[in-house]
Amino acid sequence: MDLWFTEKYGAGAQFSIKVERQLASKKSYYQRIDILETKEFGRILTLDGCLMLTEKDEFIYHEMMVHVPMAAHPEAKKVLVIGAGDGGTIRELTRYSTVEEIEMVEIDQLVVEVCKEYLPQTACKLGDPRVKIFFEDGLKYVRTKKDTYDLILVDSTDPSGPGEGLFTREFYGNCYSALREGGVLVNQHESPYYKNDALAMKRAHRQIKAVFPYCAVYQAHIPTYPSGHWLFGFASKGRHPLEDLDGERWENLGLKTRYYNIDLHRGCFALPNYVKEMLDGNTK
Amino acid sequence: MLSQNDTPIYDALCRLRETGLVHFDVPGHKGGRGNKPLKEFLGGECLKNDVNSMKPLDNLCHPVSVIHDSEELAAQAFGAHSAFFMVNGTTAAVQAMILSACKAGDKIIMPRNVHRSAINALVLCGAVPVYINPGVNQRLGIPLGMAVKDVEEAVKAHPDAKAILVNNPTYYGICSNLPYLAKLAHDHGMLLLADEAHGTHFYFGENMPAAAIHAGADMAAVSMHKTGGSLTQSSFLLCGSGVSAGHVRQIINLTQTTSGSYLLMCSLDLARRNLSLNGKEMCRKTVEFAAYAREEINGMGGYYAFGDEIVNGDTVYAFDPTKLSVHTRDIGLAGIEVYDLMREEYDIQLEFGDIGNFLAIITAGDRALEIERLISALSEIKRLHSRDKAGMLAQEYISPDVVTTPQAAFYSGKTALPIGESAGHVCGEFVMCYPPGIPILAPGERITEEILTYIAYAKEKGCVLTGAEDMAIEHINVVAE
Repeated sequence: MDLWFTEKYGAGAQFSIKVERQLASKKSYYQRIDILETKEFGRILTLDGCLMLTEKDEFIYHEMMVHVPMAAHPEAKKVLVIGAGDGGTIRELTRYSTVEEIEMVEIDQLVVEVCKEYLPQTACKLGDPRVKIFFEDGLKYVRTKKDTYDLILVDSTDPSGPGEGLFTREFYGNCYSALREGGVLVNQHESPYYKNDALAMKRAHRQIKAVFPYCAVYQAHIPTYPSGHWLFGFASKGRHPLEDLDGERWENLGLKTRYYNIDLHRGCFALPNYVKEMLDGNTK
Repeated sequence: MLSQNDTPIYDALCRLRETGLVHFDVPGHKGGRGNKPLKEFLGGECLKNDVNSMKPLDNLCHPVSVIHDSEELAAQAFGAHSAFFMVNGTTAAVQAMILSACKAGDKIIMPRNVHRSAINALVLCGAVPVYINPGVNQRLGIPLGMAVKDVEEAVKAHPDAKAILVNNPTYYGICSNLPYLAKLAHDHGMLLLADEAHGTHFYFGENMPAAAIHAGADMAAVSMHKTGGSLTQSSFLLCGSGVSAGHVRQIINLTQTTSGSYLLMCSLDLARRNLSLNGKEMCRKTVEFAAYAREEINGMGGYYAFGDEIVNGDTVYAFDPTKLSVHTRDIGLAGIEVYDLMREEYDIQLEFGDIGNFLAIITAGDRALEIERLISALSEIKRLHSRDKAGMLAQEYISPDVVTTPQAAFYSGKTALPIGESAGHVCGEFVMCYPPGIPILAPGERITEEILTYIAYAKEKGCVLTGAEDMAIEHINVVAE
């Protein structure tokens, strides 16, 4: 049997993975959730037909979402994670004994349930005693918080789905208010390559720039995301991801990582010219 | 026997498509082949359904088959004696009501805070307005409904008036005592007409203010396209048993197009069915959204999202619970400033902003997601832009000094004056902020310093002023003396 999962990247490009079998297919109020078993990438999670993670390369995304801000802000104790229903971001965060509280706000409870059952690789730390999970709209949750968090990680879907509100200026503004002095916001920042991803990337950057005094963008190479070239946003009330980096301190923690390291941290903020131009608003 | 499940116009369009009819009639785009960019933009299905009147599709000016049936179903759905499809906006419906009730020289009693379409009708037909100053809520600065006592006095002073016109509700969601006004009008041989541009949902929701026709009004102009779900510009004119449907049709045909758009009519047909079948649930959802937003916004402080606590049994007889009207002056921002910030900085379009309030239209088409965005953006605007409110104008409504009828003033000899020098003269044209489109000055009213201050203030805050011949409103046409 020749069964394939295909995600369209644009009108004229698509990416396919051969599927061994479908493990789960659920429909929540917000979206369709599928878990597929593949030979090439292990189990994969898709939401409304968009690939969210594969067991094979999810470490890249989750390490880059967590270790970059944690190395730049080693004192972070209270962390808000928005989205992240698969648990991968939480898994990386719980590796820091210095983190005292993690609030995770995921809009779709069913995603968490499905991931707990089928993706223990990422969901394994959702039961950590420091983690509190709230099934709510992240935009609503953060609006009521003032001066509360050291770190906010926005591990969201694309702006076309239930994550739409997490790409807006009002959301970033509410995050600004919810962060303590020295706090950092890191967000899933889409990609510069395919048209819709690039539009979302530019829009997100424009909105974050309007709210935060400091913002930067860093990149990672994620084979199963459209174009493989993916971006993250780093915004703060002043903390600088490179100038405030204490590489030695992070290395002394002795965390074993497969993608992230301090050299890569220093390099990942260096962006291609065409991406810089897009972020500066110099392209159409 | 037709039921509310039926959609005669929609069905006729579907049947027509199935025949593969070849068109040697207008429209000349021929299903979009003659205008490919338009077809690409709107979609082929849309253009294929943009067809002209023909026997199987009936004719809006003289409906005898599918349009007739759809109008009957609409009348049934709204509990009216007859219903007319309108494709030139609720403006046309309001004008048809007034033109049906009044001819030149006839009097009509109305609140002054009517939409321009009502006063336009007076310019067209020469009827004479007997204005009633609406009540005013001092804190919010907004005009309310008419006080019953004021209407009674007007009826007594002008027993020859042909009709009373009411807003049901006003743009802000305020309703008058319609059952009483209907009785008052009928006891004195007058018609009760309702501008229900913002009240479509009253006919379908539970615990809503009274719908005009249900309360005994003789005619009601209902903007299906505003909260009823049909396409922009499509509307219903509803009539009770006390008016001649044939006469109303003749009046409508004086000004309405003979090429009624089937896109608009089909949208009315489908929207009517949807409201009939699902309207109660749609209204429930809308009210729930609005109540939630009101609570969250009021909890934030600074803003005041008003609700049924302003009901006072007279000038606010009832409040439309679907309306999210928010008072902004206490954070030092004019409603229009919040309206502009919401679009420019947060990509959120509100319905209107005036000097002290804005209105967000909420319907069953919203999702919790959008409501959260609206609330969050308001909290950000407060955080970033609030300031001292000293020096802000408070009142949206200034009682007019009416010198002559709108028609006499509009067609009189006129002189253009620099607006700053016009105080004391009689205005020869309209000046209004659009939206909401309620005239600050109507033809025939005396220009005062107070009005000029208001206009200058509204302009400075960013309101779009319309109505005057001079698009920049630097000059104003006054009646030559």
